[in-house]
Amino acid sequence: MASIPKLLEISGLRVAFPGEAGPVEVIHDLDLAVSAGETLALVGESGSGKSVTSLAVTRLLDYAGGRITQGRMNYVDRAGTSHDLARIAADEMRTLRGPEIAMIFQEPMTSLNPVLRVGEQIAEAVMLHQGLSEAEALEEARRLLERVRIADAPRQLQRYPFELSGGMRQRVMIALALSCRPRLLIADEPTTALDVTVQAQVLRLLRQLQAESGMAMIFITHDMGVVAELADRVAVMRLGQKVEEGGVEEIFARPQHPYTKALLAAVPVLGALSGETLPRAFDIEGVVSAPQDTVRADAAPVLEIHDLTTRFPVRRNFRLRAQVHAVEHVSLSVQPGETLSLVGESGCGKSTTGRSIIRLEQPNSGEIRLEGADISHLTRTSEATLHRDVQFVFQDPFASLNPRLTIGFSIAEPMLTHNIAKGAEAERRVHELLREVGLTPEHAQRYPHELSGGQRQRVCIARALASSPKLIIADEAVAALDVSIRAQVVNLLMGLQRRLGLAMIFISHDMAVVERVSHRVAVMYLGQIVEIGPRQAVFNNPGHAYTARLLAAVPIPDPAQRNRAMAFDDSEVPSPLRALDDPPIVAPLVQIGPDHFVARHSVGGRY
Amino acid sequence: MSGSTIRTPTAEFMRRFMRQRVALVALAVIMLIVLAALFAPLVAPFEPAAPDYDSILEGPSAVHWLGTDAYGRDVLSRIIWGGRVSLTVGFLSVALGAVFGVMIGLVSGFFGGWLDALLMRLMDVLLAFPGIILAIGVVALLGPGIDNVIYAIAVFSVPVFARLVRGSTLELKQTLYLQAARSIGVKAPMLMFRHILPGAMPGVIVYASLRLGTSILTAASLSFIGLGARPPSAEWGAMLADGRSYLGVADHLTLFPGLAIFALVLAFNLLGDGLRDALDQKLR
Repeated sequence: MASIPKLLEISGLRVAFPGEAGPVEVIHDLDLAVSAGETLALVGESGSGKSVTSLAVTRLLDYAGGRITQGRMNYVDRAGTSHDLARIAADEMRTLRGPEIAMIFQEPMTSLNPVLRVGEQIAEAVMLHQGLSEAEALEEARRLLERVRIADAPRQLQRYPFELSGGMRQRVMIALALSCRPRLLIADEPTTALDVTVQAQVLRLLRQLQAESGMAMIFITHDMGVVAELADRVAVMRLGQKVEEGGVEEIFARPQHPYTKALLAAVPVLGALSGETLPRAFDIEGVVSAPQDTVRADAAPVLEIHDLTTRFPVRRNFRLRAQVHAVEHVSLSVQPGETLSLVGESGCGKSTTGRSIIRLEQPNSGEIRLEGADISHLTRTSEATLHRDVQFVFQDPFASLNPRLTIGFSIAEPMLTHNIAKGAEAERRVHELLREVGLTPEHAQRYPHELSGGQRQRVCIARALASSPKLIIADEAVAALDVSIRAQVVNLLMGLQRRLGLAMIFISHDMAVVERVSHRVAVMYLGQIVEIGPRQAVFNNPGHAYTARLLAAVPIPDPAQRNRAMAFDDSEVPSPLRALDDPPIVAPLVQIGPDHFVARHSVGGRY
Repeated sequence: MSGSTIRTPTAEFMRRFMRQRVALVALAVIMLIVLAALFAPLVAPFEPAAPDYDSILEGPSAVHWLGTDAYGRDVLSRIIWGGRVSLTVGFLSVALGAVFGVMIGLVSGFFGGWLDALLMRLMDVLLAFPGIILAIGVVALLGPGIDNVIYAIAVFSVPVFARLVRGSTLELKQTLYLQAARSIGVKAPMLMFRHILPGAMPGVIVYASLRLGTSILTAASLSFIGLGARPPSAEWGAMLADGRSYLGVADHLTLFPGLAIFALVLAFNLLGDGLRDALDQKLR
C-alpha cells in the first residue's frame, strides 16, 4: 500500500464554525488519506462531522460559514503539482473543482436546476471545462448519460429534472460529476434518499465507473450495509474525531474501538432471524432479547380492511383527466398484540394505506372495521372512537410536534381532546407516559427543539399512547433516526407491545428492521398487496418476484458477501398514474402456504 | 452544539430583537410619545385649548417652547394632547382591523372552498379602493368625527390582515404537526386557535406595527381635510390645517405638528422592520 502515492492527504485538520461565544470547533485534528482508485468510506452518525469534512476538502465550506483553523490538505493534481487545499486561493480552488474534484449530494432534485433541461445542464459543465462547442457538448452529454446506464439517452436530454424519477436524477448528477473526468469523487450520502432497489443500482454503477476510470472516491454514509458493499477502507468518525480507521474487512471483522463495535452491533442485519418464527428485539447493551410472543390469535381482530381503495384525482381545466391509484383493493387484518408490516418502495401506497385508515386521506371505497364496528362511514361517535383507538406515529418527529407547545401539552392533547383526563390527572398521566418511553417528567416543561431526534420520537410515541389506543400505525417511524437510536426506539415499541398488548401496523422500507419487528408482512407494489404472510415465510420463501427483488437489493453489512450475484435489473417502477378508462388489474391472492398468500398475475409479466 | 443554545421561542425573539439598534431607538421614541400623551395633564405646560390673546402667533420662546397659534394657544401643549388622539385612533383602528382581519383570514384559509372564495373576493373589493378614498367614503357615510375615523381606518386594515393570515394559515395547514393533531381527532376550533393562530401571530405583530404608522397618517390626513377631529380638540392633522393659513408668517405652526407625525410614523415603521427581522426564521 505504501508504494501507491497518496492523491489526497489530510493532516491535523481543524474546522470551526462561528458560534454565540466565539468559534465552535467541529472537526478536531483529523488525519485522512486517499489514493487513486481507492474508495474511502467516512462513516458516522449525525453530527459526527463527516459532511463538514467533505465541505472542507472542496472548500465549499467557505460558503457555508465555516473556517479551517489548522492543518494541511495536500492534493496532487493531474500534472503532479501539489496543492494545499487548506490554504489555496478561491480562484485556484475553482479550477480544481470539477476537473479534479467533483461532488454528488444526497438530494438530487435540489442539486439540479429545475428550469433547465437535463441535457443543457450537463452540456454547460462540459463546455465550461472541456471547451467544446455546444453541439459537441450535447453529444458528450448523451454519451455520459449512456455511461450512467440511462436508457433512451437522446430523449432524456430533452427532459426537465421533475420529469425524472429519483434514481434517474441521481444518475444525472453522477453524469454531471463525471463530465469533467474528476480524479476524486466525493459522494455525500448519495443513495440515502433512494429506494433500496434503486440504491443497489446506483452503488453498482459507481463501482463500475470507478473501475473504468480509476478515480478515487470518498463516500460519506451512515449505512454500514452500503459501506460493506463499496468501501476499500473505512474511517469511523464521532463528534468531529476519527475514532478508528482500517481496511473494510478488518473493521467489520475485528472492530477495535468500543464506538465502532456499538455501531456495528446496532446495525440490523437482514437474515438475522431467518431461523426464528417470532420477531425479537435488538440485543443491545448485552441484554439478550426474548421472542415477541404477543399475538392473541383467538381474539377478534382489532382492525379489518376489505377492498380499501384510495385514488387521487388529476384534473386539468376542471375535468378529471387521470387518477393516481395509490391504494387498490387492499384487504388485511391485524390481531391484538400483532405487528403487521407494510413494505415496499416509495409510491407503492403503503403510507396512503395507513393514512386512509385514520382518514388523513379519504378512501374512495372499501370497508374498515375497528373491533368489528364498521367505521367506513364516519359519524360523530365513530370518528371519536377511531381517533382514540388508532394512533399514528410519523416519520419526522420534529415536524410532527408543534414547536410552540410544550412536550407536556403535546402529550396531554389526546387526553384533553377525548375528555379522558384533565388538570392534575392529565399531568400525572403525562409524567407516567414520559417514564414509560424512557424520558423523565422534567421533559414535560421543555419544547421540541430542546430535545434530540431520538427523544422527540419517544415523545411522539408517548403522545400516541396517551389515549390508550388499541392500534398504533408507525409510518417509517424509525427511518430518520441514527442506527444506535433506531435500535433503541424499535426496542421501545416492542417493549410497549409486550406490556400493553398493542397491535401495530409498521410501515417501512427497511427490510432488516421489518424482520426484527413483524409477525406478518404485507408487500405492496403499485398500490396493491402482492404478497402477505408470516414474516419468516415471506422472507425465507418469497412467492412474488417483486418480494425477491426487494430482498436481494438490501445491502448486507458484511464485506465478504460483496460479490454475490446481483440478480436484479435496472428497470424503473412504473407510474401508478393511469387514464380513467384504464383501471389496473387486481390479481387475486393465491394461498401458497399456511396464512401465506401471493398475487398471481395472469399476464406473462414478471410480477 | 453548546448547552446555551437551548432557548424558548420567546427568549430567542427577545435576544434577536435586542440586537436591532434602530428598532430599539424607535421603540424608545414611541414610548416617549405614549408616556407624554398618557400623562398629558401633568406634562403639558399649558391648557391645550386655553386662548391667550396677549401672545398670538409667537415663535418659540422660553415660555412657549414651540410657540403659540392664532389664538395664543401653546403649540407644545397641543401637540402633547394631540398625541392622545393620534395614538388612540392608531391603536384602536389597528386593533379593530386586526381582530376582524385575523378571524376572516383564519376561517377563510382553514375551511377553504366557496367560503374562502366568497370572503376573499369581498376582501379584494375592499383592497381595490385606495385606502384614503375608502376611509373618506366611510366617513362620508357615517359622518365626520374621531369615532368614525377609527371605524373608517379599521375597515381598510381588515383586508390586509385577512390576506396575511390566510396565507400563513394555508402554509401551516400543510405542516405535519397539524396533520398529527388531526390524526388524534383535535376539533377545528382548537386546530385554528391553538395550532395555527400562534404560528400566524409573528406576521400579524409585524404588520400591526407597520400599520400603526399608516393609520396615524391617515387619521391626520382625514383631520387635515376636516373629516376627523373637530375643533377645538387638538389633533396633529387639524393643527396642520389650521397652520396652513399662516405659512410664511408663522411656519412653526405647521413645522412642529408635521414633525410629530413624521417622528411617530417613522418610529412605528422602523419598529415594524426590526420586529420582522427578529421574528423571521430565514434571516439570521
